[in-house]
Amino acid sequence: MTIDEIQQEIVEEFSGFEDWMDKYAYLIEIGNELTPIDPKYKIESNLIRGCQSRVWLHQEFTDGKIIFEAESDALIVKGLVALLLRIYSDRTPKEILGSEPRFIDDIGLRQHLSPTRSNGLLAMVKQMKLYALAYEKISAKK
Amino acid sequence: MAPDISKIRKDFPILDQKVNGKPLIYFDNAATTQRPIQVIERVDEFSLRINANIHRATHFMANKTTEAFEASRETVRQFINAAEAVEVIFTSGTTESINLVAYSFGEAFISAGDEVIVTEMEHHANIVPWQMMCERHSAVLKVMPFADNGELHIDLLDNLITDKTRILAVAHVSNTLGTVNPIGEIIAKAHLKNIPVLIDGAQGAPHFKIDVQALDCDFYVFSGHKIYGPTGIGALYGKRKWLDQMPPFLGGGEMIDSVTFAKTTYNQLPYKFEAGTPNYVGAIGFAAAIEYIQNHDRQSLIDYEHDLIMTATAKLKQIVGLKIYGDAPIKAGVICFNIDGIHPFDLGTLLDQLGIAVRTGRLCADPVMDHYGVENMVRASFAFYNTFDEIEAFYKALIRLKAMF
Repeated sequence: MTIDEIQQEIVEEFSGFEDWMDKYAYLIEIGNELTPIDPKYKIESNLIRGCQSRVWLHQEFTDGKIIFEAESDALIVKGLVALLLRIYSDRTPKEILGSEPRFIDDIGLRQHLSPTRSNGLLAMVKQMKLYALAYEKISAKK
Repeated sequence: MAPDISKIRKDFPILDQKVNGKPLIYFDNAATTQRPIQVIERVDEFSLRINANIHRATHFMANKTTEAFEASRETVRQFINAAEAVEVIFTSGTTESINLVAYSFGEAFISAGDEVIVTEMEHHANIVPWQMMCERHSAVLKVMPFADNGELHIDLLDNLITDKTRILAVAHVSNTLGTVNPIGEIIAKAHLKNIPVLIDGAQGAPHFKIDVQALDCDFYVFSGHKIYGPTGIGALYGKRKWLDQMPPFLGGGEMIDSVTFAKTTYNQLPYKFEAGTPNYVGAIGFAAAIEYIQNHDRQSLIDYEHDLIMTATAKLKQIVGLKIYGDAPIKAGVICFNIDGIHPFDLGTLLDQLGIAVRTGRLCADPVMDHYGVENMVRASFAFYNTFDEIEAFYKALIRLKAMF
């Protein structure tokens, strides 16, 4: 599936929730289900520090694709991290750079990606794009 | 007599609104309080009819503005019972007040090897300016610790104070633990060794009557926006004997006596410390807020706030897995807590969905987070316009949200 198709899939998953509590309960559920980041990657250099919560982001570049691992100490953020990984992990730099996480808007959680939230999520998206940019340049040189 | 809270709430139109479809419950008062209509109208009227720069011209509006500004200073003087109005300096708030003292007192009185005492429970605003001052003068910052229940280890003060100690800075009320510190006792002990004391009253002035002469503190600092006034205005009270000896903090207009390129002499108090155009609009709103408070029976408001925090504490303690940080015998204003297994960000996010505004995060008090070994806390903080019904709704919300995890 393309990034856009997965985003559409997520939007449809959330469209069933009328009550905000169900939506957050679902985020908490997928946050709980997220595979924890390998402890050896839960290090300062992978830490994206928000005032409110922290996000750790690790990546590896294999066969032209970037594999991301990530985690947050806050569960709602972790749920959103899981969604971002579903979209952006195991993708080529070109795919990552060519797509915005519009699903967050569509499922009514845009406030979590606002710069004022300082939960680390916005910085995580930026960081994923920076990695993509860097790997794209490296690949071009080869 | 119990205050009429429903009448008071009518003065705060901002409270009467829905957030995320639910009636707003505003429990973030330690960060900023809401302003009553009396403050908003005073500021508006001033901006609509009178505005002109102060102390600088002979025309009608300039005179009116100057009068209003100086009357505001007098209102603040009365509020804290300072001996003279010139001992009240208008600043942008508590943070600037502390920076001013740390800089100017440091220039006058601190040399290499001297010592400054702060406490482990201070807000960053009452730590960092002193650290900066210590760096400038090669002085040493010493820290009075607190016990796990949130009380300061006053017993250690005698050991902390040495013949090198030059100043001590302590919060009246902790912005995280809610502890009402025994500032009278601390001041008395420090004064035995002739050490001046600065009281950070950011969380104290909103909840207690302040009498700086009875306290005998050397400096008392607080903010307008935490006592129902505008942002960007606050006060520094300093005893004249110290302020007279301290050099200016900022240079510019108004603070001078005469200026030549060879030598500038400084204006008298309080203008020496009010360089540039002060926030006179803020000062007028600040005074309106103080008048608003004083138009009520202050003691009844204080008693009511005490009932609120005691009720909230008792309620929260019923929640299994909820830990309150700070359990001092006398608390005011704030309750910080965590619930086992729930990140404060998650709780704050979900409470917001229920229309309840709390503060979450590190609360500008990293050393307090470190003391308890936590990254963040949730803070509920109260003002006299809050109600017991709101506390009940808060309690029920926490029970409901806890079940989601």
